[in-house]
Amino acid sequence: MEQGILLAADSEVDFMIHGLFSYEIFGQTVWITTSHVCILLVMLLLVGFAYAANRKIKKATDVPDTFQNIVELVVESLDRMVENVMGSNAKYFANYVGTIFCFILLSNISGLLGLRPPTADYGTTLALALMTFSIITFQKFKHQHVSGVIKGLCDPWPFWAPINLIGDVAIPVSMSLRLFANVLSGVVIEALVYTLLSKIALFWPAFLHVYFDLFSGAIQTYVFCMLTMTYVNQAIEDGEF
Amino acid sequence: MENFTGTDFILGCSAIGAGLAVIAGIGPGIGQGIAAGHGASAVGRNPGAKSDITSTMLLGQAVAETTGLYGLVVALLLLFVKPLAK
Repeated sequence: MEQGILLAADSEVDFMIHGLFSYEIFGQTVWITTSHVCILLVMLLLVGFAYAANRKIKKATDVPDTFQNIVELVVESLDRMVENVMGSNAKYFANYVGTIFCFILLSNISGLLGLRPPTADYGTTLALALMTFSIITFQKFKHQHVSGVIKGLCDPWPFWAPINLIGDVAIPVSMSLRLFANVLSGVVIEALVYTLLSKIALFWPAFLHVYFDLFSGAIQTYVFCMLTMTYVNQAIEDGEF
Repeated sequence: MENFTGTDFILGCSAIGAGLAVIAGIGPGIGQGIAAGHGASAVGRNPGAKSDITSTMLLGQAVAETTGLYGLVVALLLLFVKPLAK
């Protein structure tokens, strides 16, 4: 197998996360990886945009210029998206959904900037899904109270409770795996093209980036936020009957 | 063939298992095709609701894709993390 397939380059296919340096804490070795650096860059970009937008909006004019227009467009379209799904509950969750929308979208398209997308690390997506899951659970207990939650668990019959519990736990697992696997599949295919087909990878991989980074990334961001809003809304509305 | 060890056998079987795991892609392929077909016929019947139909179709397709992605994750684990050969 030294020769490999036709056109194969010598180098190994590499799409893994790399550790940069490690340190010991409480007897555990903790690695600072490329994912951390990429998350930091994405966050710096978002914080910089938010700071510039804040300064601009404080001196807002009646006739907006280009940057103010962009900021208003972003905020209004995010608010409208939340409003369409959640209705009267939108004002409590527009901040959270807008934040994770910006973060996931920028993470997914950061492959265009030469970074390894942070969402192609299962740690990132699991953290996002667990945040959503804790909000869902909190809203469930707040609006349905403990009796309502227990009644919901024993929905058709009491011995159905373990299956309902598994269904609840499957929410963060499926949400995080969906986002992770979608972004990772793009990363893997781009790595395969760039290493195994490196001799003919001229210009046309740009279409791969348009599909996997822009289109697929935007769709998965929308799906993650949509599922978050739907589950939270369901948790609230189940308590109103 | 005299250097053929148990680890090599496990790696070969892992490659076969990864190939079998991505057969899971058949299901989402059929499901997304059905969703896209019904979306096209819905746009044909009611062209005014094109944007609503498209966003609903894409959302449903992205959710239906999950089972295929589970197969992909299993295949990638078998090929690159090699949990059985340790």
